[in-house]
Amino acid sequence: MLSDSDRIFTNLYGQHDWRLPGARRRGDWDGTAAILARGRESIIEEVKASGLRGRGGAGFPTGMKWSFMPKVSDGRPAYLVVNADESEPGTCKDRDILRHDPHKLIEGCLIASFAMGAHACYVYIRGEFFNEARQLQQAIDEAYEAGLIGGNACGSGWDFDLYVHRGAGAYICGEETALLESLEGKKGMPRLKPPFPAAVGLYGCPTTVNNVESIAVVPAIMRRGASWFSALGRPKNTGTKLFCISGHVNKPCNVEEELGIPLRELIDRYAGGVRGGWENLLAVIPGGSSVPLIPKDICDNVLMDFDSLRDVKSGLGTAAVIVMDRSTDIVRAIARLAQFYKHESCGQCTPCREGTGWMKRMMDRMVEGRADIAEINLLDQVTRQIEGHTICALGDAAAWPIQGLIRHFRPVMEARIEAYNARRVPKPLAATPEALPAAAE
Amino acid sequence: MAMVKLTIDGEEVEVAAGSTVLQACEQVGREIPRFCYHERLSIAGNCRMCLVELERAPKPIASCAYPVADGMVVRTDSEMVRQARRGVMEFLLINHPLDCPICDQGGECDLQDQSFAYGMDHSRYAEEKRAVKDKYLGPLVKTVMTRCIQCTRCVRFATEIAGVPELGATARGENLEITTYVEKALTSELSGNLIDICPVGALTSKPYAFVSRPWELSKIDSVDVLDALGTPIRIDARGSDVLRVLPRSDDTLNEEWLSDKSRFAIDGLKRRRLDRPWVRRNGKLEPASWSEAFSAIAQRVPGARIGAVAGDLCDAESILALKDLLGNLDSDRVECRQKGESLDLSRREFYLFNSGVAGIDEADALLLIGCHPRHEAPVLNARIRRRWVESGLPVGTIGVVPSDLTYPATELGQSAAALLGLHGSGSVFGQVLRAAQRPMIVVGQGALLRDDGAAILASAWALADKVGALKPDWNGFNVLHTAASRVGALDLGFVSSGGIHSMLDDGVDFLWLLGADELDFAGIGRRTFVVYQGHHGDRGAARGDVILPGAAYTEKAGTYVNTEGRVQQGFGAVVPPGEAREDWRILRAFSEFVGRRLPYDDIDSLRRRLFEVNPVFARQGLSRFGITDRRGPEGDGRAIHDSALTPAIHDYYRTDAISRASATMAECSRIYAQPMPAAAE
Repeated sequence: MLSDSDRIFTNLYGQHDWRLPGARRRGDWDGTAAILARGRESIIEEVKASGLRGRGGAGFPTGMKWSFMPKVSDGRPAYLVVNADESEPGTCKDRDILRHDPHKLIEGCLIASFAMGAHACYVYIRGEFFNEARQLQQAIDEAYEAGLIGGNACGSGWDFDLYVHRGAGAYICGEETALLESLEGKKGMPRLKPPFPAAVGLYGCPTTVNNVESIAVVPAIMRRGASWFSALGRPKNTGTKLFCISGHVNKPCNVEEELGIPLRELIDRYAGGVRGGWENLLAVIPGGSSVPLIPKDICDNVLMDFDSLRDVKSGLGTAAVIVMDRSTDIVRAIARLAQFYKHESCGQCTPCREGTGWMKRMMDRMVEGRADIAEINLLDQVTRQIEGHTICALGDAAAWPIQGLIRHFRPVMEARIEAYNARRVPKPLAATPEALPAAAE
Repeated sequence: MAMVKLTIDGEEVEVAAGSTVLQACEQVGREIPRFCYHERLSIAGNCRMCLVELERAPKPIASCAYPVADGMVVRTDSEMVRQARRGVMEFLLINHPLDCPICDQGGECDLQDQSFAYGMDHSRYAEEKRAVKDKYLGPLVKTVMTRCIQCTRCVRFATEIAGVPELGATARGENLEITTYVEKALTSELSGNLIDICPVGALTSKPYAFVSRPWELSKIDSVDVLDALGTPIRIDARGSDVLRVLPRSDDTLNEEWLSDKSRFAIDGLKRRRLDRPWVRRNGKLEPASWSEAFSAIAQRVPGARIGAVAGDLCDAESILALKDLLGNLDSDRVECRQKGESLDLSRREFYLFNSGVAGIDEADALLLIGCHPRHEAPVLNARIRRRWVESGLPVGTIGVVPSDLTYPATELGQSAAALLGLHGSGSVFGQVLRAAQRPMIVVGQGALLRDDGAAILASAWALADKVGALKPDWNGFNVLHTAASRVGALDLGFVSSGGIHSMLDDGVDFLWLLGADELDFAGIGRRTFVVYQGHHGDRGAARGDVILPGAAYTEKAGTYVNTEGRVQQGFGAVVPPGEAREDWRILRAFSEFVGRRLPYDDIDSLRRRLFEVNPVFARQGLSRFGITDRRGPEGDGRAIHDSALTPAIHDYYRTDAISRASATMAECSRIYAQPMPAAAE
């Protein structure tokens, strides 16, 4: 269990002052100039050594991502873009950082931007986060006023500007290249990769897109050292992580814990346990709507980190744990997700545009059981025809929940189809040959 | 150029760095299926049909968008690739109506073709299909949007090539629709190309709807004559009907585009045709036989002061035959500059588009004088636009600009006198021209139609010389013609000193009009005997005393020289209607009738005569070269008067006898050239 002294987000629940004086009391903005004085390379090395993996879902090593940025500018400016378009169903961690600990993020933006040679940073914040955006802007204004950012930020000699941009409410704009398109004022449609944003990103310039949480933990890593961070968690899955526990638990909550904590411990200790007890658990979606669910028998022992969850064919994603007890209509739950992805597909590339609608309609029939048993295989094939064939990961995200459902709950789907077919009153048939007068031979 | 080595299906191949995997695959003859990818458009990568397997990549890659790298190992026909493409094809088809039997694209549809390779024999899709409301894109392009596969080729064409960003995609997911945002006709003279680039039957030709199937058509190569660009075309004909005109590709000329007039005016070939000779008796035209018509003409020949005018659509063979006929009748009063354009014929450079259309790709500054290329040569305009997109080509205009050029241009003045200002060192755009390595100056027919045309021409040449446009490896002086026959006629010396006005004023009392419909008919004397030889009952026929029915460009083999001086030959696709004949044959027959026989009996011997008169005709194609003799055409720049320079074409859709006879073009003219004023509220 994570000790209180190792917590990074010490105002996660907003019981303290979120403004600058309160943030300073919690240690933010302490010796930032000295951190910057260590130099770009040293900061990137420290982050690399910490083993920090991106907190936005894909889990790509953050330090390595930063090192892809050009060391020497070819004349183009570099940008840091912070992805605060937190739209993954079940996920609500970034929101609490934005409203309760905004200065952690702002300080992280300065350090990360400095490390990548960026003088400007954009925070692309989800449009629905109106209050959060306002509060973040207030915190930024405070930081400007205190000379922490702006020209000669923190007295380090580095000029740094931070801008907040509000999104307009599309899930796809959380995809990093669609986010860049949207930030440029275009329609939020993912770009083709390569080129990757580190080469050609915002306005055609080298850009790194990082999740809010990834950036917000950087000051702590710099102050307390990579070895401290990497000592937490498990090998290759180091550090602390914000978990968002929702669904059929007694006390849904956000909590910071070490990576690698057993799922059962996480739910029992922080969320008051599964409604009706652990035995009442049906399944858990461990990382936000995009990852395949895991049934109770896997939940019993699985550890909550990137690699452990990958080994059970799921993923840590954003660490949004959605708990479903036995009262859940699991087929309907996944059908609802299928509807979500159909609604949020940008329509650019074929498999996702056409496939999400197909899956949604089949799932709707599966909920009723109005289908053929063989169609379960067809549905599985459709998900595999989408997976890996699209421009961005939304296609995969749409396919995986259904794959998880079929993998673990096929008998439920089959039973429902059989029940439906049994209920259906057979149509009275037309006169059968036996009832007809026999033809004369 | 840096080269990159990669392996495709076990075969090593070396391609230029910066190519895409798809281009590399094509180089070794692997055909990669695609819908959204088009060589001349930006890469979208959205159809996902071109997926290939890349070694060590976890999933298949879109070959159209993936840059090559050294040591890549690519497989284009593995099980993974086939599965991926089958999947994509299935997705494309689930919401496609599969109405091939009633679809005009049937038989030449990419989706249909690819589904033979990657489609299933049945549909596994049991849900309801999507239906999309059709859109209105104007009188030329028909839409059946349910067939659309959202490849966005049309959006990219309109935005990038045509320069009219009027198409786009609205909504998202499976509700994504291609639309014009607000319902309006697409304002482009290149809209017909949307039909060609649409890989499915979503955008088809409105006039051609339900007319024919591609396999019923005979396909004949020819040359477009409705502007002076000489776009290579393919005429699709069935029996005696020309049903379609499509562009052929030539990278140095039209790339693969064709202007709307050239594509859609062909319904004019079936209307107002002259299909028998007519003779005017007692002031009224009456049908006649060929021999009656010939004798009516022959009666007037002795002692007549004969003149001849060649029209805008004529082939070089018939112009030469007419010139030879007049020579046999002891006259040299011939003229092709119907409206009295001032052109100096002493050297070919003075009346050609010397830089060549391909030269635009090298130009780094452009001056348009009395020229509106968007109307005078839309395909050329697209080339200028592309150069602007690629390199920010600075463009200056002198004269009235009647509509958006599709690229930004500095208006240097509406008056012709603005040209003189460029000679001085104070002019900003003059500096731009001087600083350019390959400056281009284009003189349009609008400038040459004026009585100070010669002065403008001379002044433009002098400016070209001054800014360094005349160099041994570059000739930046250009004349943009609007008549397809003009350069050929000039090459044949089909002119007389003083031009058309002095010829008509000089007491010509017998005028032979070869398809000449554009001249000032009021200038022809009341007593002048007029023979009109041509294919349409247009302005010229109305004035004719004897009418000889000739052949349109689709009905005869002919040689045409475009504005660049490029010699091209077209073939006849259909036979002329009724008693109409190929024009050179009519002239040849008449020469025998009056006992002054022309010395050629077939097209080959006529062409030999053509090569003899001017060897340029023997040299098909175009070789571009610079210029060393920098002496300019005759004319005194100071004679330019200070008045507005208006373009030669007022209504792009109605410029000649064929387009004036076309109902499609009339409709376009009604919509685009003379839009109805909005109703008062």
